[in-house]
Amino acid sequence: MLGPLAGVPMAVKDNMCTTFGATTCGSRILESFRSRYDAHVIERLESAGAVVIGKTNLDEFAMGSSTENSAYFTTLNPWDTTRVAGGSSGGSCAAVAAKIVPAALGSDTGGSIRQPAAFCGVVGLKPSYGRVSRFGLVAFGSSLDQIGPIATDVRDVALVLSVIAGHDERDSTSVDRPVPDYLARLDRLVKGIRIGISEEYFGEGLDREVREAVQAAIDLMAGEGAEVVPIHLPHMKYGIACYYLVATAEASSNLARFDGVRYGYRTPRPSDILDLYESSRGEGFGPEVKRRIMLGTYALSSGYYDAYYLKALKVRTLIKNDFETAFERVDVIASPVTPTTAFGVGEKSSDPLAMYLSDIYTISANLAGICAISVPCGFDSQGLPIGLQLMGPAFGEEHLLAIAHQYQLRTDWHACVPPLGSAVSRR
Amino acid sequence: MSDQTLTTRTIVGLEIHVQLQTKTKMFCGCPVRFEAPPNSCVCPVCLGHPGALPVMNGQAYRWAVLTGMALNCAIARHTKWDRKSYFYPDLPKNYQISQYDLPLASDGYFEVQVGAGTKRVRIRRAHLEEDAGKNLHDTGNCTLVDLNRAGAPLLEIVTEPDIESAEEAYVFCIELQRLVTHLGVSEGVMQKGQMRFEPNVNVAIESQGREYRTPIVEIKNLNSFRAVRQAIEYEAQRQTAAWRENADYQLGTVPNENRGWNADKGVTEFQRGKEAAHDYRYFPDPDLVPVEVSDVMLEEIRAMLPELPIARRRRFAEQYGLSVKDAETLVEHRATAELFERVVAGGAPAEVVGKQLVNVWLKLANDRGVAVTDLGVDETRMAELAKIAADGTVNKTAANQIAEIMLSRGESPRQLAEELGLVQVQDMDSTRRWVEEAFTANENAVRDALQNPKKMQAAVGFLRGQAMKGSGGKADPKLLGELIEERLARLRTGS
Ligand SMILES: [Zn+2]
Repeated sequence: MLGPLAGVPMAVKDNMCTTFGATTCGSRILESFRSRYDAHVIERLESAGAVVIGKTNLDEFAMGSSTENSAYFTTLNPWDTTRVAGGSSGGSCAAVAAKIVPAALGSDTGGSIRQPAAFCGVVGLKPSYGRVSRFGLVAFGSSLDQIGPIATDVRDVALVLSVIAGHDERDSTSVDRPVPDYLARLDRLVKGIRIGISEEYFGEGLDREVREAVQAAIDLMAGEGAEVVPIHLPHMKYGIACYYLVATAEASSNLARFDGVRYGYRTPRPSDILDLYESSRGEGFGPEVKRRIMLGTYALSSGYYDAYYLKALKVRTLIKNDFETAFERVDVIASPVTPTTAFGVGEKSSDPLAMYLSDIYTISANLAGICAISVPCGFDSQGLPIGLQLMGPAFGEEHLLAIAHQYQLRTDWHACVPPLGSAVSRR
Repeated sequence: MSDQTLTTRTIVGLEIHVQLQTKTKMFCGCPVRFEAPPNSCVCPVCLGHPGALPVMNGQAYRWAVLTGMALNCAIARHTKWDRKSYFYPDLPKNYQISQYDLPLASDGYFEVQVGAGTKRVRIRRAHLEEDAGKNLHDTGNCTLVDLNRAGAPLLEIVTEPDIESAEEAYVFCIELQRLVTHLGVSEGVMQKGQMRFEPNVNVAIESQGREYRTPIVEIKNLNSFRAVRQAIEYEAQRQTAAWRENADYQLGTVPNENRGWNADKGVTEFQRGKEAAHDYRYFPDPDLVPVEVSDVMLEEIRAMLPELPIARRRRFAEQYGLSVKDAETLVEHRATAELFERVVAGGAPAEVVGKQLVNVWLKLANDRGVAVTDLGVDETRMAELAKIAADGTVNKTAANQIAEIMLSRGESPRQLAEELGLVQVQDMDSTRRWVEEAFTANENAVRDALQNPKKMQAAVGFLRGQAMKGSGGKADPKLLGELIEERLARLRTGS
């Protein structure tokens, strides 16, 4: 019998281990690394009949929002090659947008699937934390990372999710609960659903055209019988600060294993073991990775732990509680994915903080562990895609996908094809 | 300081690492094998490969809880795993998964026999962690890393500083080894590094009505009981001497330090000061879920808890009238102790069973390098041998002989005794004849037995042996002894 993805060519982000080809994480430190094993999701895709035709570019170790932080290439936006594809799953989203593959996998730690999906005009899902096994996903922020599907429409995203979701004994944080038949439930009607709108997502810094497109999407659903409910997420404003402590703390520890001792890049002539560590890491990691390792190391240092890491964990609980309270009253929360459409190549690369702020609307979903999807909802005056974010409660993918699908049945933004037939990469 | 009247008291707290003998490692499915070729028991998880994730070994956790219970600890109902960060080539992830602020067991105590008394040492905590690999430095100008041990489950037990001498520490460590082997959670073999000790030592010095304390020294990585005793003894003397030389050598004034034990020189050597201690940047491991211990799980583990060695030793001595030494030998291994009780339950007299186990069966097992339970001798047969020895059917020498034959033959000891002609002969005439033959054949020994006070005892023993030999091992030793004395007495009086 043929699997549900029989013969479907797919691409996967290059931070998922594969026994074929390289697994570089976009980093020089893993330039020569070949994995001994396949990630759980690769096993699942292949046993469903998919043909993984390649690995896609990313910001080094998934740290970035533009795929400019790759040690190898900058991935450009198929809609406008002077613009970034977004990141860190920029390669996967650009590949889907440029019709190189019908579907791809990305990973999302603070928006790394949804933000590039919005920039590239494709659909990207960040599943609930624990829905998809992380076994074989090279960790960035272990308590935030999730693998998710990227495709041109919600149906394909649901199909791929049904293949990769489910418990895996090799990942203790993957949750053992049944995987619903996502495809079978896509036809649930919009009528009667409650859509939460939080002013925190529509404040200062939001581009006017993005706001209007998202508002139009909400109006459309309201016109179909959805109830729009104002909600309040009071702690969302601490999301960025909280995220950059939790994620960097975990990253500083997760990336400690790249030391030049057992595999990966090793400095040519180390003078002693300390030099081996320092030079291998110094030469192997790029500037953004080093910045985050230093931030995280600092946050975990004795004397600072309580003030930074511990406090961040407390704020994280508050953010989680905010969402739980909200989901008692609404089925989904609608918001923009990003404050702006795709920015220019090089525009933010010298300003890390500006770059971090491009994830302001996506980060909270990772902190709360809930599911969230980005679907195309329009174009700005420059012809760049705009994304609508819909967020659902933890393990609420079934409902979330159905609502997104119903939106797509009534719109054709996702059917638009970029003027360039294919993605362009440049060294 | 020339004060001669000072008194000193050694203060010791112990950190003990016990490797648990689970089939697989703490967080992956690799076997824990000591003698395997380097890097043959490894996988992406214990190699720290990208993307690999740890999964807790439930057996290791249950055994750790069992040990915690045996140490009278409070068992935590909720614990978690933490990462302890430091860079070292034998640590693949450059962090160790351990338990920081929520150890699985805490606030217990362990009692050991010191001299005639009982010493209670409080247990501060016990927690699980993964072992590191091994750096092999003796390979020319490079260092090789063997990661077979990396990820092996380690139970770290920390005592309060209640131990007051090197001897107490020595006894504590031995008793703890007995405990873990008794529980079956560890082989406890020092040579394989399955138990490692790190004593924290300082000295309280009382001089002219004032008490001074020396800085605390942690002696790293001792792997024998002897080394524990010697290193603490040495360290106590060294610290006292250092204080005599310089009264500023005090806790709080001079920093604490780590020292290593040089067994060849019999000294401790400075390793590093504690002020340069690592910042391990502990934080909860996001790859592992917290551990919740249910009532059911606690009950199940508690049901596995056997009688502990110290209690069992006391009971054996009291209930069965065994000597302290024999009781100790029998309890050394749980299997032997349990075998003893089963054989006794088979109706054999406890004292004889005890003696035969200690003096015969354990010796035979040791000679063959097997456990006494693996000698291949049926327990009911062991009981029969004890019975025929107790009721005088065979004497001790014959019983020993029969035991050895029982290793290869399945007949009952009584049958064997009859077949080999070892049934004890009580007959007065035959016994007298064997004595006479021994006397006639060994005139020198007879002379010594009568006239040479220095050799008298040895000579009598020799004659008894010769007579027993003449009987083919069948003589009743008691009767034989009586007849030899009788004959010597007659010779003395010249009758
Ligand atoms: Zn392993």
